[in-house]
Amino acid sequence: MTPNALPPFVILILGAALVPFLKGRVKNVWMLLLPVASFVNLLAIPEGSHWGFEFLGYDLVLGRVDRLSLVFAYIFHLIAFISILYGLHVEDDVQNVAGLVYAGGALGAVFAGDLFTLFVFWEILTICATFLILARRTRAALGAGARYFLVHVAGGLCLLAGIIMQVTQTGSAEFGFIGLHGTASLLIFIGFGVNCAWPFLHTWLTDSYPEATITGTIYLSAFTTKVAVYALARAFPGTEALIWIGTAMAAFPIFYAVIENDLRRVLSYSLINQVGFMVVGIGIGTALSINGAVAHAFNDILFKGLLFMTMGAVLFRTGKINATDLGGLYKSMPWTCTFCIVGAASISAFPLFSGFVSKSMVMEAAAHGDMRFVWFVLLFASAGVFHHAGIKIPFFAFFSHDSGLRCKEAPRHMVLAMGIAAVACVFIGSFPQYLYRLLPYATDYQPYSFSHVISQTQLLFFSALAFTLLLLSGIYPAEIRSANIDADWIYRKGSRAFYRLAAWAFDGLNSWADALFVRRIPSLLARFFLDPAGNVQKYGLRMAAEWTGRNKGFPEEEVEAVRRSQVDGYPIGGGVLLAALFLAIMSFLFFF
Amino acid sequence: MKRPEKPEVREEDYKHPVDMEEELSLFDHPKTVKSVLYTFFTCVGLLLSIDLFFHKHAIFPWEEYFGFYSVFGFVACVILVLVAKYILRPLVMRKEDYYDT
Repeated sequence: MTPNALPPFVILILGAALVPFLKGRVKNVWMLLLPVASFVNLLAIPEGSHWGFEFLGYDLVLGRVDRLSLVFAYIFHLIAFISILYGLHVEDDVQNVAGLVYAGGALGAVFAGDLFTLFVFWEILTICATFLILARRTRAALGAGARYFLVHVAGGLCLLAGIIMQVTQTGSAEFGFIGLHGTASLLIFIGFGVNCAWPFLHTWLTDSYPEATITGTIYLSAFTTKVAVYALARAFPGTEALIWIGTAMAAFPIFYAVIENDLRRVLSYSLINQVGFMVVGIGIGTALSINGAVAHAFNDILFKGLLFMTMGAVLFRTGKINATDLGGLYKSMPWTCTFCIVGAASISAFPLFSGFVSKSMVMEAAAHGDMRFVWFVLLFASAGVFHHAGIKIPFFAFFSHDSGLRCKEAPRHMVLAMGIAAVACVFIGSFPQYLYRLLPYATDYQPYSFSHVISQTQLLFFSALAFTLLLLSGIYPAEIRSANIDADWIYRKGSRAFYRLAAWAFDGLNSWADALFVRRIPSLLARFFLDPAGNVQKYGLRMAAEWTGRNKGFPEEEVEAVRRSQVDGYPIGGGVLLAALFLAIMSFLFFF
Repeated sequence: MKRPEKPEVREEDYKHPVDMEEELSLFDHPKTVKSVLYTFFTCVGLLLSIDLFFHKHAIFPWEEYFGFYSVFGFVACVILVLVAKYILRPLVMRKEDYYDT
């Protein structure tokens, strides 16, 4: 049965094609209408499998609609609308089109019912994201964009290899539970892991998101990692490896975030930290933990988008994003500052803000599973995330020392977009039942118990106390303009080492060949053939002298032989002599 | 092996010129900052003292100890900052143009 609606991705992707031909207000209205129309279209699609067709003997499904895919689709629509509103000032159509197609690609991926369709949309995500990075058009952005593309193409190829093996082994292209066993599933697992920013595969994220355009980063932070979270929740729930991967993801980025100077890079590290909570939730694999992972993905898209928007607004107005250059902006940008604090409270999981109602589900699932170590690391990460994203971001941008920067408040459409995200964060935090109703498993989870509220507040206030005391005592590390080495060192410096090694080897071979074949041998031959007959006799005499043991050689005979050959003192030419010699040597070789 | 060059802490990175004629706003007054700080310290003290009167429902036994979350939050952040500053930073920090040269 085909529902009376279009496949979910169609409106955004086809609508994007028209954007370059529109101008001014019409274009703005058109772009804002697209996610709304797409959402209305989505509501008309009932749960089930739609738009299936056969391709090369495999059943492809464009619209597998169930509760897991729907909740991601809802939040993707919301963040697409917010991002478009936030980027209304952008006249560069590369960004506008890439952003819309990116959102459409994410929808296509979460509704893909088979692995081939998933792969196609997976690659659309990569391409659109690359354009959003390159569109900044700085040297750093070009480099970061190229690296982003290479890493994701490598991850995509890994995924494709896994998909082909999987499909050949099982004979079906269906995208459902896969589970970690055997090479095929491992390749798919790693392919998802690259997009999910697993440790050591994560550096494309912290490398490129801070270099992307102001509006592009909002799209980037929403789609790529969350589609990967969706794919993991679909194919690998309850895989134990994910618990450990997620724990590492939650823990290590917070250390980097403390010493990082670029505030959008701080947010990129905290994005990995938040995705870590989701990955742990998927790895535990109970109904509560999967719900927690999905709810946290939903919330993270909003509050991380909000934080990136506020930092984008600061970058837009001041042109600066390093903590060393900023400070005291609460006077100039009070609205942005307020929204930033809302986003910070949400990511830190303050009661009444959105992070509180989802992060605790994952924590509680870990506690129910008696995973003590994981639980402690996650608690550490919860305290740490407040420390770097909750306090550091608003404090260094809007308070701290006065940077002397005086600018205007962010443009109206940006304030509106940030406002919508901020209201959504507070709304979800205050009325979590509306979010819980959308989750894949029915739940009666109650985040607001007195114990939970008090313990979370204590945790956060004492983290803040630590920050305050460290700052007042001067122990808190001063912000320093610097680059911090991460795992991307392996390919950023490693590629140079490889390049140098290759250059050394091939240049060495080249210059050796040059010296031998271009300089020495031709010059030797040239000198010899200036006077071939004389030279043959000269060297013949020298060899004879060596054999007979005459130390002084035959100097007079040599002079005579050369003189005779130069004045043509022979009845036959030197050439004939050489030919005769050649034939003599050949006949020797032939007969003996 | 040559030690990698470290960027230096420069004064102009954290001290910026400010127009002194401009009217001072809320958080420029040391008094406001002080009162904010004292309010905060009071809140922190009150939050800790709640543990005296209230028994938490918990999954793990240690969650019920007096001040577990408070102490954990404080110690975790101090460790986080000290490790980041004294272990991670010396290991990974390079000049801003590290990858450009």
